[in-house]
Amino acid sequence: MGKTLFDKVWEEHVVDSIPNGPDILYIDKHLIHEVTSPQAFDGINSRKINVFRPDRTIATADHNVPTENQHLPIKEELSRKQVEKLTANCKEHNIKLYGLGHKYQGIVHVIGPELGLTQPGMTIVCGDSHTSTHGAFGSIAFGIGTSEVEMVLSTQCILQNKPKTMRIEINGELNSGVYSKDIILYIISKISASGGTGYFVEYAGSAIEKLSMESRMTICNMSIEMGARGGMIAPDEITYKYLKDKEFAPKGIELDKKIKYWNTLRSDADANYDKVLKFDAEDIQPMITYGTNPGMGIKIDEEIPSSAINSSKHSFEKSLRYMGINSGDKLKNKKIDYVFIGSCTNSRIEDLRSAADIIKGKTKSPHVHAWVIPGSKSVERAAINEGLDKVFIDAGFDFRQPGCSACLAMNEDKIPKGKYCLSTSNRNFEGRQGPGSRTFLASPATAALSAISGHVSDVRDYL
Amino acid sequence: MEKFVKLKSTITPLNIENIDTDQIIPARFLKAVSRDGFGENLFRDWRYCSDGNLNNDFILNSKPKNSKILLAGRNFGCGSSREHAAWAIHDYGFRVVISSFFADIFKNNALNNGLLVFELDENLIQKIFKKISNESNIEFETDLNEQKFYSLDGSIDEKFQINDYNKICLLKGYDNVDYLLSIKEKILKFENETGR
Repeated sequence: MGKTLFDKVWEEHVVDSIPNGPDILYIDKHLIHEVTSPQAFDGINSRKINVFRPDRTIATADHNVPTENQHLPIKEELSRKQVEKLTANCKEHNIKLYGLGHKYQGIVHVIGPELGLTQPGMTIVCGDSHTSTHGAFGSIAFGIGTSEVEMVLSTQCILQNKPKTMRIEINGELNSGVYSKDIILYIISKISASGGTGYFVEYAGSAIEKLSMESRMTICNMSIEMGARGGMIAPDEITYKYLKDKEFAPKGIELDKKIKYWNTLRSDADANYDKVLKFDAEDIQPMITYGTNPGMGIKIDEEIPSSAINSSKHSFEKSLRYMGINSGDKLKNKKIDYVFIGSCTNSRIEDLRSAADIIKGKTKSPHVHAWVIPGSKSVERAAINEGLDKVFIDAGFDFRQPGCSACLAMNEDKIPKGKYCLSTSNRNFEGRQGPGSRTFLASPATAALSAISGHVSDVRDYL
Repeated sequence: MEKFVKLKSTITPLNIENIDTDQIIPARFLKAVSRDGFGENLFRDWRYCSDGNLNNDFILNSKPKNSKILLAGRNFGCGSSREHAAWAIHDYGFRVVISSFFADIFKNNALNNGLLVFELDENLIQKIFKKISNESNIEFETDLNEQKFYSLDGSIDEKFQINDYNKICLLKGYDNVDYLLSIKEKILKFENETGR
């Protein structure tokens, strides 16, 4: 019996196994940020132990940081203290920190790949559920809780039950106007926000193989939104080309040696998965969510349904009530108040380019507040070099500084109660973007076009 | 970690599916740097109206006193990995959460904090919701050693599953970090053998 990509990488990292219990899994790369790490550092400090392998942990400040005036002290006291705590903890324990003001600062799942810290075959964890993003490189990457952050800091290992495996194939040619965000929203709408729980997903098929690394990251990023712990894609030439010149990626002979190994990271033809799903790329259209979990998605010109899989009537109706919409209505042409282009799902340079392409030479609708939040300082620099910042600013958008921002509204970037936000982020939960906020999730292209028109718009009408 | 052996309590019913950790504890309350006090903001935006007044329709504001068992709809704890969700539930006073199905990260977080979570069949859960909607004061016993959950009136009596490792940790109050530190030699050996 052959092995899956997941099995191969997992087995390479098992230090030991507890009978009828979890495996002890070695972690190659640990990413930390200000929100989910302080209590873990408290834990190791009270045990009077050191961080076991400080060179395997990288820190950044992203969740809590303001997206304006980052050169000034953070105004909000609790946020400032949390960021200061991270700085102090990293200093005390010799951990590399890309904090505010550093040229590498940014959203943890944007900087890992762009710095070449994320590599095929690694195990990568972070106290953030969207760590699944890094699976786009053929690594096993998943989010953990703070107790597990403490395990990694103290021993570079965590206790973890091996999940089941699921293969999701997308074959064929994508329609024009369909982006990787549409692919993942489509998959989640088909299997629900809990359809992947207990599984680790491998995405494969001809449509996936053609995608850029940025697009692959968007798909793997939202694996958690169907409940899967993570998602991964086998590394290939596109992966190697992306990694080649990245700051911390191997170079020269070292890279050639690595590529030889990375080429073995493929699922065997006779590998056995616990579940296999296949979809046709031709069936996928631009998508948008209408409800309060990412499984509640429809084609952008479709009517809002009267039920959803894995949702009771009571929960479904509660969701529509919260969103202020009705079954049978269409979201297309619905007036929106805010547009947020950003988050670890869609704040990379490719996302900003696809939004800027649509915006160029146009002006946003006067009633829409439109924010573009680049994922990192590197993305911000690239956007400025390409003149994208000017495209956004000329169109009336706010082009801000890097951070998680309105995706989870921990900083000042909040959507007011009752207002509609068309967002390129990953969660449309009640109050996610601020108490009482209402979120429609879609691709950067859909968000950009809708900011111009002032209502939910179909990119196919523009192309 | 706090031990869990046996618990007798009424149930707080929360018959909603897909309760995400943003509902359990909204992100704006994650700015603390200690583990304490999150219970105050448990289900904050469901417990309070937007004008700051208590929402009397929400179960936590009308539940039986001293209830330590939370019974929830399927896919409880989905979304963000924030362990603050498990801390908030524990800090509020719950010691057991039951659903037909939990999100993976939440389940680990709960068990790592002495909060017992286990699955029961969805049909049985609906039966319990119905039962306690008529008799909210009925008590249930959770016996971890026997892996049994039953109503004191004898009408419900079920076995539940938990893996041996988590069971022993909860029964004895063992700590995962202590365990991992105790096998440091194995970890060093692994690093050596794999060239890390």
